Amino acid sequence: MSLGHTILGLLEPGPRHGYDLKRAYDERFGRARALPYGQVYATLSRLLKNGLVEACGTEQGEGPERKRYVITEAGITDVSRWLTEPESPASYLQSTLYTKVVLALMTGRPAREVLETQRAEHLRHMRELTRRKLAGDLADQLLCDHALIHLDADLRWLELTASRLDELAGKVRA
Amino acid sequence: MSTAPITAAAPDAGADPRAEGALLAATDVRKGFGLTQALDGASLEIGPGELVAVLGASGSGKSTLLHCLAGLIRPDAGTVSYRGQDLAGLSDSARSALRRADFGFVFQFGQLVPELSCLENTALPLRLNGMRRRPAEERAREWLDRLDVADLADKRPGELSGGQGQRAAIARALVTGPAVVFADEPTGALDSLNSERVMALLVTAARESGAAVLLVTHDMRVAAYADREVVVQDGRTREPGRGR
Repeated sequence: MSLGHTILGLLEPGPRHGYDLKRAYDERFGRARALPYGQVYATLSRLLKNGLVEACGTEQGEGPERKRYVITEAGITDVSRWLTEPESPASYLQSTLYTKVVLALMTGRPAREVLETQRAEHLRHMRELTRRKLAGDLADQLLCDHALIHLDADLRWLELTASRLDELAGKVRA
Repeated sequence: MSTAPITAAAPDAGADPRAEGALLAATDVRKGFGLTQALDGASLEIGPGELVAVLGASGSGKSTLLHCLAGLIRPDAGTVSYRGQDLAGLSDSARSALRRADFGFVFQFGQLVPELSCLENTALPLRLNGMRRRPAEERAREWLDRLDVADLADKRPGELSGGQGQRAAIARALVTGPAVVFADEPTGALDSLNSERVMALLVTAARESGAAVLLVTHDMRVAAYADREVVVQDGRTREPGRGR
């Protein structure tokens, strides 16, 4: 995910300072992993350099002064373009798993066990996500569903590969 | 031959589900239909309150295994025991009584009686067990409420959507307080959203009431609601991760 675009998106409704941005990010997107402060300031500095945000004064708090940032017209254009462009579909795990299966076949190791072990691990993770989903709110449910659907696709690939393992072994060993 | 139904003792909620033996167990079960050997040495155990997914491709024998475990069909060989008693030793009427009192069923289609309202359908297992109409319908209404379909109590099955019908079916399956719920592809005819909602309701309701669930499915996302899985392949069972 593009952190720069996410920060720009969070700035679009109105100016914010760095701490405020981190808090907004963690609340909406940081369920799995909170955003480190350093990364917020490094990203803001890059956006500033590229003319996508501008500093707009400081805010006096209990601690040190906090610099506020505002999105520029160029920043708004950049966010719009990012939101309307589709992401290129990633190839996820298949290439690694395919490599493992082929290498197991090439070296005479039990390739079916590679698939079975992976299948069990996928299902274990799916159970964990399902439990989290059942206990969670709508945001948790949607995030877990995304992961579950991808794991389900991997599982289908594992099953399909298991059913074609003899054919694959023939090709690899030919 | 015993004709008495098996006494249903309340499961111990704090114990390991299988520590004191299986609630329901199939051992080396074989069942053929003509030239087809649907089950060829299948074994499965389920403990009190456990949720077990039975997975397998179409024609693997998973539904036949469920029907054997539920006492709906008799195996050609092997045993099915419930609370330690072999179901083969029970008369047909005793097995029917057991199914009505201790088992609940949720299927993919056509399980609600079309002429009865949603409320009457849900109350039906209680009425068949001899409960009077009023208390039966009161309890049925409570279950419809838990499944978020209380407002559909007076509707007939033909007036319900697929998801609503399955919720009513779950209410009907759980209304008697069964020890085991058999769910055969309960979301097979539903879209993704309804499938998720129905599974969440089924699992939550079963957990709250302490019922074990035997869930037959070919959908891994549905299977992920279970505590563990048993795979049926060519009429035989294996349990990934348990070396069986």
